[in-house]
Amino acid sequence: MSSRPKQNEKKNGTNYQTLMAALILTAGLALLIISMAVSIMYGAADIDFRTIWESLMDFNGSSSSHQIIRNLRIPRALAGAIIGAALAMSGAIMQGMTRNALASPSIMGVTAGAMFTMAIVLAIFPSASRMTMMLFAFAGAGVGTGMVFLVGTISKSGLTPVKLALAGTAVTALFTSISTAITIHYNIAKDISFWYAGGLSSIQWVHIKLLAPVAIVGFLVALLLGKSISALNLGEDVAKGLGQQTKVTKFIGTIVVLLLTGASVSVAGTIGFIGLVIPHITRFLVGSDYRILIPCSAVLGGILLVIADTVSRMINPPFETPVGTVTALIGVPFFLYLARNDGRTPS
Amino acid sequence: MKSYAKKNWSIAIILIIAIAAALLISLNTGVIKISPLEVFQTITGNGSGQNSMVLIHFRLPRMVMALLIGAGMALSGAILQSVTQNDLADPGIIGINAGAGCSVILYIYFFQDQMAASSDFSVFFMPLASLVGSTIAAVLIYAISWKDGVSPMRLILVGIGINSAFSALIIIFQLKMDPKDFTRATIWLNGSISGTDWTYVLTLLPWILILVPLTFMKAGTLNSIHFGDDVAAGLGTHVERERRILLLIAVALAGASVSVGGGIAFLGLVVPHLARKLVGPMHGASLPITALLGALLLLVADTIGRNILAPSEIPVGVVVSVVGGVYFLYLLMKS
Repeated sequence: MSSRPKQNEKKNGTNYQTLMAALILTAGLALLIISMAVSIMYGAADIDFRTIWESLMDFNGSSSSHQIIRNLRIPRALAGAIIGAALAMSGAIMQGMTRNALASPSIMGVTAGAMFTMAIVLAIFPSASRMTMMLFAFAGAGVGTGMVFLVGTISKSGLTPVKLALAGTAVTALFTSISTAITIHYNIAKDISFWYAGGLSSIQWVHIKLLAPVAIVGFLVALLLGKSISALNLGEDVAKGLGQQTKVTKFIGTIVVLLLTGASVSVAGTIGFIGLVIPHITRFLVGSDYRILIPCSAVLGGILLVIADTVSRMINPPFETPVGTVTALIGVPFFLYLARNDGRTPS
Repeated sequence: MKSYAKKNWSIAIILIIAIAAALLISLNTGVIKISPLEVFQTITGNGSGQNSMVLIHFRLPRMVMALLIGAGMALSGAILQSVTQNDLADPGIIGINAGAGCSVILYIYFFQDQMAASSDFSVFFMPLASLVGSTIAAVLIYAISWKDGVSPMRLILVGIGINSAFSALIIIFQLKMDPKDFTRATIWLNGSISGTDWTYVLTLLPWILILVPLTFMKAGTLNSIHFGDDVAAGLGTHVERERRILLLIAVALAGASVSVGGGIAFLGLVVPHLARKLVGPMHGASLPITALLGALLLLVADTIGRNILAPSEIPVGVVVSVVGGVYFLYLLMKS
């Protein structure tokens, strides 16, 4: 059984949603850039805006602030924006494809698969480099998604939305519990939890180089998919009636989710909340046209992660609070408010 | 129709036989092996002191506990899936487990040191903390979703939010723990029924004895609510009031079970699906089968969990997910 949020079908609702979408795509983008700037300025060493500008325009290799900005702060802010956007878009695609409000990339076996291979690597080669771990995480993400997809495809009635979601949940539970057993047995529960809790703390350019191309391809395909997912969200039959190749859409959608989430997870661990909740928040604000919903989710996801990452550095310096928890703590009140009001503005 | 009912009865009987068999096997296995004959002698009062100690004080309460928790969690999931009209709903996904987990973590974090000396006392307080936490989560979900009634969709969305918030708090406090407490907390969060004795069984038993028959009596209401609010209202169901009662039952079942068993994931989600596959969607048949299957699955999982890597134990929730998950995937592929 699938269920979707109640849509606001009042006429002024549609106007409000269009306005909201325009606002998110313009002011939201501006806010994203501002929050990235703040993220770059704030840290163990506070750096003023002029120095940041200089480091970009007139780089001085012997200045330590320029070095920090170029090599640590900028990649970190960039990663926040890319990963936040990627996770939010993945979530939107998953919810649209499965027509289930509880669907999210972490339910598709992507994160659980990544965590599984990470647990194995940490148990067998505790000293593995970050790059090795990243590659294994990405492979694990692929294995997880592959299994979900395989189960869906093998089954007689094919890849129905409910089946996709159920298979995803089962594979996730399976991998998560095996990883837990491994971590308890090898006594690495705490090590892996730090990774699992997610974080952008040691992001460097090398990660951006890996993340960016995957993300760009993912973004573009996700944007192109918008129309097909809107149709799918109305139901399989409607989509077919509209001349959709629903199987192709689902296949491409799954691959995009794998790429976007897999790349994010392998770089930053599992950052919960964004993939599940940002699409809902966006849907409350702009409605369920996925051509608009997907890019708006991306902007909001990016903003939330960059801000949460900055806050996570402020809470208890010099220690960092896991960013996934900060995203949840910032986002939950807002989300609950919207959920309670079915997305309507207070009147 | 008649053969249909007959089929359901035979499935129920097969499950009961399977549970009996699992009980026998579970009694015989463990770190200390006890043969069936010795089990018989012990139960009739003629066993050795050590055997009766192991059987009566450790193994038996634990097995009874597994049966009770399994039935409770599974039924809770079945109710939630029907009330929210969502196939992915279970006590874990809408924040009941996380609420319980959060208060247990807070308890371990703040009071563990003071309690360490009197460990019996401290162990007894974990279930209490957990019950308080799951109740708080449930009250929060219902209060925030309430607005001229509670729509299923709003319930799920608010549940997601509450779950995220509690999970975040869990991580924050867990990461501040020392490794020993951390592992302890991880094991609890993943569900574990080790260290059970008859006191716990007696704490949980009244809940199950009252709530399970109550759930069965609500089968008709669940049937009509499952078809959607409008249909249910058309059939004369007092939808809002019934939904509140059903939610209350589901939360009480999950809360009581989680309080003694920890956050056993997946059981509440998967067992109702398995039951529906066996006997169809009508709750009159599917609820009893759900309870039996849940009890069987948890008993088998716990027996495996305490034997496979003995003497170190795997949290029973982990075994449930592996055993249940593989079987569930197999069923999905076949359907």
